[in-house]
Amino acid sequence: MLFTSYSFIAFITIVFVLYYLLPKKCQWPMLLVFSYIFYFLADPRYLLFILVTTLSTYFISIRMEDINRVQKAYIKEHKAELSSDEKKAYKASMKAKKWKWLLICLFFNIGILSVTKYTNFVITNINNFLSDASQLQLVDMIVPMGISFYTFQTMGYIIDVYRGKQEAQRNPFKLALFVSFFPQLVQGPISRYGDLAPTLFAEHKFESKTVSYGLMRILWGYFKKMVIADRIITAVTTLISGTDQYTGAYVFVAMMFYAFELYCDFTGGIDITIGIAEVMGIKLAENFNLPYFSKNIKEYWNRWHITMGTWFTDYIFYPISVCGPMLKLSKWSRNHLGQAIGKRVTVYLSSFVVWFTTGLWHGAAWNFIVWGLMNFVVIMISQELEPLYEKFHKRFNVKGKVPYEVFQVIRTILLMSCIRMFDCYRDVPLTFKMVGSMFTEFNWHVLVDGSLLNLGLTMADYGVLIVGFIIVLTVSLVKVKVGNVRAALYEKPAILYFGIMAILFVGILVFGAYGVGYDSSQFIYNQF
Amino acid sequence: MEELLEILTDLHPEVDFETCDTLVDDKIIDSFDIVSIISEISEQFDVVIPAEEIIPENFNSAEALYDLIQRLEEE
Repeated sequence: MLFTSYSFIAFITIVFVLYYLLPKKCQWPMLLVFSYIFYFLADPRYLLFILVTTLSTYFISIRMEDINRVQKAYIKEHKAELSSDEKKAYKASMKAKKWKWLLICLFFNIGILSVTKYTNFVITNINNFLSDASQLQLVDMIVPMGISFYTFQTMGYIIDVYRGKQEAQRNPFKLALFVSFFPQLVQGPISRYGDLAPTLFAEHKFESKTVSYGLMRILWGYFKKMVIADRIITAVTTLISGTDQYTGAYVFVAMMFYAFELYCDFTGGIDITIGIAEVMGIKLAENFNLPYFSKNIKEYWNRWHITMGTWFTDYIFYPISVCGPMLKLSKWSRNHLGQAIGKRVTVYLSSFVVWFTTGLWHGAAWNFIVWGLMNFVVIMISQELEPLYEKFHKRFNVKGKVPYEVFQVIRTILLMSCIRMFDCYRDVPLTFKMVGSMFTEFNWHVLVDGSLLNLGLTMADYGVLIVGFIIVLTVSLVKVKVGNVRAALYEKPAILYFGIMAILFVGILVFGAYGVGYDSSQFIYNQF
Repeated sequence: MEELLEILTDLHPEVDFETCDTLVDDKIIDSFDIVSIISEISEQFDVVIPAEEIIPENFNSAEALYDLIQRLEEE
């Protein structure tokens, strides 16, 4: 059931009505039932995968917490008689026990993710080294919807229990809801148990302000998805699929169009997700903070897909960077290679692993891995150039000046959009060739001679897109100024707030991209 | 504390680490800085800061970080 389908609208309407009609203590169990119905309707076979993840995480988290409790009780009881070394040794032995359980859990969950998502990628790569006669057969594999999202969310939870930062949830049904909560199952955000649980399991009474906030957010999400992303996708598909014809300036157009499409598609989807939860009084983590206003690529990654970025930082980057062997390597490199290089070794190695994994998480293909590593290279280069930038800023006194900040923002958008072409063309050499053609073919006249009207979009479509762009940009600028746009609107006369909701609703109905030629079937991030 | 302030000042000479208590919250130090700080601390104090202790509360000020080092030394 797709977010953009009528059946989904009917589904969430039923959920909203029942959520507030049923006794409050039935609210979260009802959400569990509907989350499983949602997943069942997508494909009944998916249930098996999510059940294995839920049950393995449930039993292992309880086991690990039991170890935590035994450890605390033992140390409390023997505080006086244990020496510091004995205490350390005892803690280490208990940690080793928990570590075994964590590995088993990772084996189950990362194992399912790896087998379902990456088996054919591995086979394809092995086949590159085999003769035609001994080629391995690809496997017809089911990839459960949202598996990357719910696996990461669940892994975050189990690691927090392992670290003793999170108490294990002893009610298996509550844990099952945390893993399967339907709005975020499809494309995130990747929630932390400690943040989501208090609001997910709380009893919520109907409040018109909360509901209208949520509905406004849902409508804003549908507007971005259906009026903008699902319209511009026609031109993007045409440009990307015609690699012989659409070179040079067309690649630049594809780059800009895809940047706009992806932004509206992904942020629109997340707006719908957060809005659905908000209607029920449930607060989900924000996933975006005006990413296209970033002044450098590092800042961009702090503002785009925030929950994924912080997940990688907390559960991969830090553990790798501060593990024993890495600290030893850091010490060795400082002593042998000098302070300047030595300082960088661990950070660069860990970042490499993070970006390689980020690429792989996005898709089982080399173009995604190269995309991840391109991000790594650009971040490291800008890190190295930072002292030079500082000198430049001081010399020309440009830091904080609006024209220079606009330049930085445009530079970041261009850079990110260029790297993202690996995601578009899905072929590494082809991407280099197409991006290269921007600098070798000077056909920029296509921007003004009417050629863009042959990409599947009419003049009216471009009109809608331009108005859509102006609206999105205006809302973003207002957000910079006032913070929470909905809260600011809510302070105004009610007719304005509800008038805007009505305009969005009618706008979606009238200008939403439906029917032949449009693909409103899939969110880009559904595939991850 | 002197040693710790030296490590921090080496990294960001422009910051007043004796008074600032929003190092992470205000993004004055980022994840790269945190890893550099941890590796310097492990060398100079012989204390390993584990990943689970990397939370904003422990890195928001030099004082909080110093408290963390002392706690880990005692453990």
